[in-house]
Amino acid sequence: MADLVWIFFGAALVNNFTLSYFLGLCPFFGVSGRLDVAFRLGLASTFVMLIASFGAWGLEKYVLVHAPYLRLISFIVVIASTVQFVEMAIKKLSPALFRAMGIFLPLITTNCAILGLALFQTQRGYGLIQGQVFALGAGGGFTLALVLMAGIRVEAELSDVPAIIRGTALNLIIAGILSLAFMGFAGLFGEV
Amino acid sequence: MSRSEADIKAYDEFIKGIWKENPVFVQVLGMCPMLAVTNTAVNAIAMGAATAFVLIGSSFLVSLLRRFIPKEVRISTYIVIIATFVTAADFLLQAIVPAIHKELGAFIALIVVNCLILGRQEAFASKHSVRFAVVDAAGMSVGFTIALFLLGAAREILGFGTLFGQSLFGPSFEPWVVMILPPGGFIMLGMLLLAGNAWKQRRLRTGNRVRKVA
Repeated sequence: MADLVWIFFGAALVNNFTLSYFLGLCPFFGVSGRLDVAFRLGLASTFVMLIASFGAWGLEKYVLVHAPYLRLISFIVVIASTVQFVEMAIKKLSPALFRAMGIFLPLITTNCAILGLALFQTQRGYGLIQGQVFALGAGGGFTLALVLMAGIRVEAELSDVPAIIRGTALNLIIAGILSLAFMGFAGLFGEV
Repeated sequence: MSRSEADIKAYDEFIKGIWKENPVFVQVLGMCPMLAVTNTAVNAIAMGAATAFVLIGSSFLVSLLRRFIPKEVRISTYIVIIATFVTAADFLLQAIVPAIHKELGAFIALIVVNCLILGRQEAFASKHSVRFAVVDAAGMSVGFTIALFLLGAAREILGFGTLFGQSLFGPSFEPWVVMILPPGGFIMLGMLLLAGNAWKQRRLRTGNRVRKVA
């Protein structure tokens, strides 16, 4: 049990996927302009992560033992088809949410956080339950980082910033400071 | 189009990737692998070379097959092509430079989801002949590698006081450790972009002044 708690908080805070592993930066900078969209994208990514983690576990256990060189290709195909499936499901169940998510939904496929999750999980030899907790932690951490970033950017839009630093440079430096703050969690559970 | 004109156009496509449409400094693409591995100049170059291999290879193949790939499944096709090249690059690095491969770890595999590569397939290779696709990919790769190298060298110099493992400042140098940690990556790239902006604005201003005088 303590093991699972550690996996969850480790993925969410200590080794936050976005702020200390640099995964999922494209949506992190692309979609963090508005708070509500950022939150929804975080949730959708978390959902895809859960399914991808399950798929990666199953593939690793039953298929890839025989053909390890197919790992990357099979993982990416699982992720791409999961995203396609989630997209169709949302379109059918809630057309309003589908319109609100727009282009960001298919872009989850190229979110490195999800492939990264599947790869790290394999590398560390997590089982089914550990993998699911890991996915939940990583998704939660990604959502947290997105929401924090969106909140700060909304404020930064309204403040008096020199024109020369506006845009990507400012966002990167904000992200750097957020990342510094997250380094404070490093001692939370003792040595990694 | 005469031959020399085609040559000039190819040259333009190449230079465009290095300067005017530099994937990192202008388009800000492919940040995930780039920030993670640029804490030393050597890692940065290895990453740049691996990305170049994947980008040029997949641009070549996508451009060659562009008439046979159905539009509906094009993205999945590109991804599978890219993933194949990345798997090859992964094994190649493991065989040639095992130490660097170990340090880069999962980030080699993550080249698959580098938006720069998929972006070039969708925006360029799928619409142009093999020759231009390869030239464009080569230009983008060189631009990407230069940017990675700049970032990696700056972080290594500040964070370790070394360049390519050679000490630069002697033993009295106090390393700026944060630069090789994750926050340093964000901040250093922000600073580089900031410097680029400053330079662009300055050039714009002096350009205007020259025009007024004339």
